[in-house]
Amino acid sequence: MEFHTIVPIKYVPDIEKVKFDTKTGRIDRSSAPGETNPFDLNALETAVQIKEKLGGTITVISMGPPQAEFCLRDAISRGADRAILLSDVKFAGADTLATSYTLACAIKKIGYFDLIICGEKTVDGDTGQVGPELAEHLGIPHVAYVSELRKVSRNKIVVVCDMEDAYYLVEVKLPALITVTKDINTPRLPSLKAKLRARKAKIEVWNAKDLSEIGNLSRFGVSGSPTSVCRVVLPKISKKRCRILRGESAVKEIIEILEKEGFL
Amino acid sequence: MRKHGEVIVFAEYHEDHFHPITFELLSKGREIADVLKTKLIGVLIGYNVKDKASELFRYGAQKVVVFDDKRLARFDAVLYKHLLVNFVKEEKPELVLIGATRLGRSLAPRVAAALNTGLTADCIDIRVDANGDIIQVRPAFTGNIIAYIKTRTKPVMATVRYRVFKAKKLNRYKKGEIVVKSIKLPEDTGIKVLRKERTKMIRISDAEIVVACGRGLKRREDIEMIEELAKLLGGVVGASRPLVDEGWISRDHQVGFSGNVVRPRLYIACGISGSPQHLAGMRNSKIIVAINIDPSAPIFKIADYGIVGDLYEIIPKLIEEIKRRRKTRG
Repeated sequence: MEFHTIVPIKYVPDIEKVKFDTKTGRIDRSSAPGETNPFDLNALETAVQIKEKLGGTITVISMGPPQAEFCLRDAISRGADRAILLSDVKFAGADTLATSYTLACAIKKIGYFDLIICGEKTVDGDTGQVGPELAEHLGIPHVAYVSELRKVSRNKIVVVCDMEDAYYLVEVKLPALITVTKDINTPRLPSLKAKLRARKAKIEVWNAKDLSEIGNLSRFGVSGSPTSVCRVVLPKISKKRCRILRGESAVKEIIEILEKEGFL
Repeated sequence: MRKHGEVIVFAEYHEDHFHPITFELLSKGREIADVLKTKLIGVLIGYNVKDKASELFRYGAQKVVVFDDKRLARFDAVLYKHLLVNFVKEEKPELVLIGATRLGRSLAPRVAAALNTGLTADCIDIRVDANGDIIQVRPAFTGNIIAYIKTRTKPVMATVRYRVFKAKKLNRYKKGEIVVKSIKLPEDTGIKVLRKERTKMIRISDAEIVVACGRGLKRREDIEMIEELAKLLGGVVGASRPLVDEGWISRDHQVGFSGNVVRPRLYIACGISGSPQHLAGMRNSKIIVAINIDPSAPIFKIADYGIVGDLYEIIPKLIEEIKRRRKTRG
């Protein structure tokens, strides 16, 4: 069988533009268009580079609202061959455990794969949990924070793993899952031709019923999520007011402050 | 209040030392164990680590469970998970705390998924409410909101951000029980750590003083000026993402959401306007000084002191003035 890579991707609000309701702390999703989680583009680029070397196919999979179709089309224009959208109200309100479980069910339904590549985290959830949780549900090894792919072959890969204090060289048997950091590559932009082709591509949509033979429906969405948000508050950003220093005396003043605080 | 299971802290021992988050977790875990009237247990995994277990008592652990094996010398998420999952199933704790380090963030989700329990990432506070339920507090959306989270399954699991809680040495618990467990390890996990490739030059997340530069720098060689100021203050150089993307400085120096999160005692931002992604990586620094030519730069909204002006005038003056003072002081 040819090499098959699966890349889970997420449709996220544009964090730089999205507005927050200052009273409820909720985000107003209509205030900014969504985009593909930037870290997932590095995961997809990694998959495309493997495909350029070994051949094979790439499947992208996303759990999210119907608008997430946009990310899947974009992924096809960047080199993915097949795209699956998991969309159902029964999937909504999922925490990382329910999300990873649902993705695992869908991947089991897809069947054969060699490698799963995830971004290290998402910009909205910022947990980095779905990748390792997914690996556990599938019973395959994982290496997180991969910053370089050294060797790829049919049955194993050698990666560089960025562990804060140092980089480690790790060999992993396939099938396996890796999560990649932004250092691994610079995602290429799709060509116009690829964009046009992706417009016509078929996006498969699977709902909860499609996964009912593989998974337990009660483990999807809210009912499958052990964690829940009981309160949301806005951080106190204006806790301090900036003392602005200008002109000739500014340097002297700042030196005095540093001295007083014990830095000099 | 109902009777509670123990509080478990994963002691992160890596490359011959405890990650300092271990002591912070124990101190927080001690507080929670006292409220819940339960025990605090440390779990230590590694090779030749038995002698290190007693270091955990001073921070409030009453018992330390040790897994010691040659194969545990380097981090293998599947092996470490196997041990923690078995231990949790046997002990049935109330709460499991793991550091939100890269190692912890790779390990904790696997453990949570295996136990089919909830996990809250990167907490900045853990509390017990009036019902005896554990409340986990964490930032979300690049730090734009703070969420309070409850977990309805047991154990409650959380990873905790580094340098949020204070490590407190206690005299109460100088001694405790050390239990060395021997357990059969799975034969082949599929993961083989071949070697350490390279140790990082700097660990910016540990730094007490960071002098960081951004797009306000015009030339690559001008980083030398930032280096000089950092060196004079005994700090390290940080950088915003554009400079790293340009290849002016290595990623080890990057401060921000996709780089390193820092919380030094002093952060000097030179020519950094303050994108949300940068602010998310440094807003919890104790004292923030911003130098920027644009008085409307967002960095001034979170800074304690701001100098509006050209960094090419201000930084050389700062360097000169610090040197002059040092000289006169002898």
